[in-house]
Amino acid sequence: MYMNNKTTPVPVSNDVQKDTDFEVRVLDTVCVNESQRQHPWWHNLKYLAAGMLFGIILVKSEMISWYRMQEMFRFQSFHMYGIMGSAVLTGIIAVWLIKKFKIKTIYGEQIEFHPKQFNKGQIYGGLLFGLGWGMTGACPGPIFAQIGTGAVVGLVILGSAVAGTWVYGLLRDRLPH
Amino acid sequence: MSELIRAPWPWYVAGPLIGLMVPLLLLLGNKHFGISANMRHLCAACFPANIKFFQYNWKKEAWNLFFAAGILSGAFIAAWLLANPEPVVVHAALAAELEQYGIRDKSLLPQEIFSLESLAAPRSLIMLTAGGFLVGFGSRYAGGCTSGHAIMGLSTLQWPSLVATIMFMVGGLLMANLVLPFILQLG
Repeated sequence: MYMNNKTTPVPVSNDVQKDTDFEVRVLDTVCVNESQRQHPWWHNLKYLAAGMLFGIILVKSEMISWYRMQEMFRFQSFHMYGIMGSAVLTGIIAVWLIKKFKIKTIYGEQIEFHPKQFNKGQIYGGLLFGLGWGMTGACPGPIFAQIGTGAVVGLVILGSAVAGTWVYGLLRDRLPH
Repeated sequence: MSELIRAPWPWYVAGPLIGLMVPLLLLLGNKHFGISANMRHLCAACFPANIKFFQYNWKKEAWNLFFAAGILSGAFIAAWLLANPEPVVVHAALAAELEQYGIRDKSLLPQEIFSLESLAAPRSLIMLTAGGFLVGFGSRYAGGCTSGHAIMGLSTLQWPSLVATIMFMVGGLLMANLVLPFILQLG
């Protein structure tokens, strides 16, 4: 299944009891594109390096700043809109090039894309996320970056976010999806 | 040169660089750019508590935790070696609005809210704990956060990600403009 390049839509079951590992993966954004290769752990260091680059950008563009988020939500600054817009545009072009020229990974594997399934969680969950984002001015990436800059309170935000994730896992089958 | 790097990076430098994270992770090993799933991996690793949602092999997603650790260390480098010595520039209207609530510190994270001492104040406690909780709960409920949906999802032209991104913005607009003033005045 993972080996072929065609993206096959998979029906998502709302019944948590039937939640196989595979369906859990489909419902989530990450972890759908899993490499078939087995590597020793230190191969993951390349993701550490990629993360470092991202962390430096988050701090230097001031995306970790509460002020930048408050300006964005008050339409007082173009900065964040410019970042999101140009990031998405770059991403669209890059993905288009990868598809067009069938570019492979550095290990020679096909790069795979899986369509996301719509569910009501994107509406309700998205709204709840936005409310939290407007308060803390931090989405998950910047939370890790804030901790890295030495802001100890970032640990409080991270702990609360992990708690929120845990409570979602607990209530998941009772929430509309 | 050093001054250019130390000054805040403009959007047209930061934005395309962030966009390049998408092909970088795909080329490195078919990974989809996303960060919030790390909170789930942390739950699965530390307190799965027999909850079905946390019963999976989180070790297979270890790359994501390495990526988060990278963000943390990259931010450390940026803050200690590439730090901007100048105060953060804040829009005059926002600065005036926050002045009413006694928020004057112009570091990236104003210390009147983002310090351990201020956590004793109700507004800071609410913003950091309730805010963090909603970010964690909401991102998992939505199936991703600003990176997974707004950047990765939109880069691959997925309309469910557009729905999520619009709702992120709606929530943020409501909070910052309508609800946050009440929280800030709690002092």
